[in-house]
Amino acid sequence: MPNLEELAPQFAHIKGWGIDADPKNDPTYPMKQRTNAEHSGYSWDRPTQQVAHEEVLHSNERPGLTAVFGTTVPPTGLSGALRRYAFQYSESSYGHWLPLLLADRVNVVEGIIDDFKQGRVPNIFAEKGWKSEWKHNPQGLATKVLITVAITAGVVALLRGNRSRSLQRA
Amino acid sequence: MLAMNYRGPGRVRIDHKPMPEIKHPEDAIVRVTRSCICGSDLHLYNGNVPDTRVGSTFGHEFIGVVEEIGPEVHKLKVGDQVLVPFNVACGKCHFCQQGMFGNCHESNPEATAVGGIFGYSHTAGGYDGGQAEFVRVPYANVGPTVIPPGMDPDDAVLLTDVVPTGYQAAEMGGIQPGDTVVVFGAGPVGIMAARCAWLFGAGRVIVFDQYEYRLEFVRNYAPCEAYNFKEIDDPVLFIKKMTDWMGADVCIDAVGAEAAGSALQTITGRKTLLQAGSATAMHWAINSVKKGGIISVVGVYGPTDNLIPIGNFMNKGLTMRGNQTSVKRLLPRLIEHVQNGVLNPRALITHRVPLEDVADAYHIFSEKLDNCIKPVLIPPSANA
Ligand SMILES: NC(=O)c1ccc[n+]([C@@H]2O[C@H](COP(=O)([O-])OP(=O)(O)OC[C@H]3O[C@@H](n4cnc5c(N)ncnc54)[C@H](O)[C@@H]3O)[C@@H](O)[C@H]2O)c1
Ligand SMILES: [Zn+2]
Ligand SMILES: [Zn+2]
Repeated sequence: MPNLEELAPQFAHIKGWGIDADPKNDPTYPMKQRTNAEHSGYSWDRPTQQVAHEEVLHSNERPGLTAVFGTTVPPTGLSGALRRYAFQYSESSYGHWLPLLLADRVNVVEGIIDDFKQGRVPNIFAEKGWKSEWKHNPQGLATKVLITVAITAGVVALLRGNRSRSLQRA
Repeated sequence: MLAMNYRGPGRVRIDHKPMPEIKHPEDAIVRVTRSCICGSDLHLYNGNVPDTRVGSTFGHEFIGVVEEIGPEVHKLKVGDQVLVPFNVACGKCHFCQQGMFGNCHESNPEATAVGGIFGYSHTAGGYDGGQAEFVRVPYANVGPTVIPPGMDPDDAVLLTDVVPTGYQAAEMGGIQPGDTVVVFGAGPVGIMAARCAWLFGAGRVIVFDQYEYRLEFVRNYAPCEAYNFKEIDDPVLFIKKMTDWMGADVCIDAVGAEAAGSALQTITGRKTLLQAGSATAMHWAINSVKKGGIISVVGVYGPTDNLIPIGNFMNKGLTMRGNQTSVKRLLPRLIEHVQNGVLNPRALITHRVPLEDVADAYHIFSEKLDNCIKPVLIPPSANA
């Protein structure tokens, strides 16, 4: 932090500038160890820049990529397109976060399609850890299964009902 | 190599993935020997963190052995046993220079509000995490710390997040000698926060949760008073009554976005994502702290908005502090505390699960089955 005397001449035209400054009034202690660089902006000696070989999206609240970044699962497909769209908006905008959440849901379907393409049927029960549910909470599992069966039966009945009604109308 | 693979909300599995590579001269590759699942992973697991891509590997709490180093790594050598802070931090930027290693400006291109975190979605930098046999560790001169000889690996792995986070939760509370401290949440983080509150001179520590087994644990471990909010009509009123109608001096939110206890918050925050997680604990914290009191937030919320009584916050003259933990800043002190027997982190570990059973481990931890407090995953190559 520049000290008060150094800054004072700059603000000499403002009556009373700094007369009540109190360095002890600092709720950031001890989380933040203040340096003299508080107001020097984006000026540090930056680490070597990692080279991007894959597509890396960056927040529009910064000028470019950070020196280092993760390279896992670059954006692809429809979810990728949604993510690219999202990154046109700042982190302060719903235009950023809502498309990203939507992309995440689309991505789940893409993941299942990818599995099938690779000749793999995802074992959704295993992925959800139902083995442990069976072991540690058999009653809970039974309830879940019953609810699922009931809902499925309900939906089927509803669809059937609709169909027979539309048939009647036809 | 084997790695955890996220497939969608509530769905994870183990898969073969390509070995990680050095991508930057300051990178190291670490062979993981232990890796925990954290309450923070549950926000990802439940699909509540935007830009969590299918195919990602989670895991930000891990220790291991250095297998390979980049040309600019000089603080580590191959074969070193290291504990790796969960923050990816450059050590050079404005924020790292100030000891704010959880707020590095050179580790996460995707967002400016949060620093890079291992295995924590693209919103935290798009890094693969440590729930795998091997992991890429950037800025290897900065974060990774050689595990002191003789330290139990279970203690070491909890020093990557849980211990510093519990400690920083108490630290941010600005606890003064004799203060009454209320901690919401008796997960690993809340338990550690309650334990650490005493280190700052608290006079009374009170913890709230919904699981009896966790309350029982923290009652003995911290030690402290502990209550089940499911059995209390109105936790805020309950706290007022037990503090001579004044409220606590300090309230700590160690719950975050997955909070239970209010139907409105749960429906808007967890079921429909109309807000960035359910803010029940934060709501209770603001309303049950004394006027002029301090709220410390380590519970994690999403990047959009939450319903909290900000009017009361102003009227009561409160101070709120929060952050991702600056693990590196706190490590020297906390290693000392563990070595001197002041803190005993490994007592929190209840489950040791082979990495291959990652789906079950997530389910058990998420649903709090089998009296789970902290699960640790052990990769098959851990003992190679
Ligand atoms: N700031 C950081 O750097 C940091 C680091 C690690 C974890 N965290 C966050 O800390 C939080 C806790 O992590 P954890 O590993 O202990 O998780 P956890 O899921 O094991 O524990 C959370 C506990 O909160 C309880 N709870 C739910 N609603 C509550 C309420 N309204 N009042 C009181 N308790 C309630 C749950 O029953 C559970 O026991 C998470 O949000 C996690 O993301 C933050
Ligand atoms: Zn964690
Ligand atoms: Zn930095």
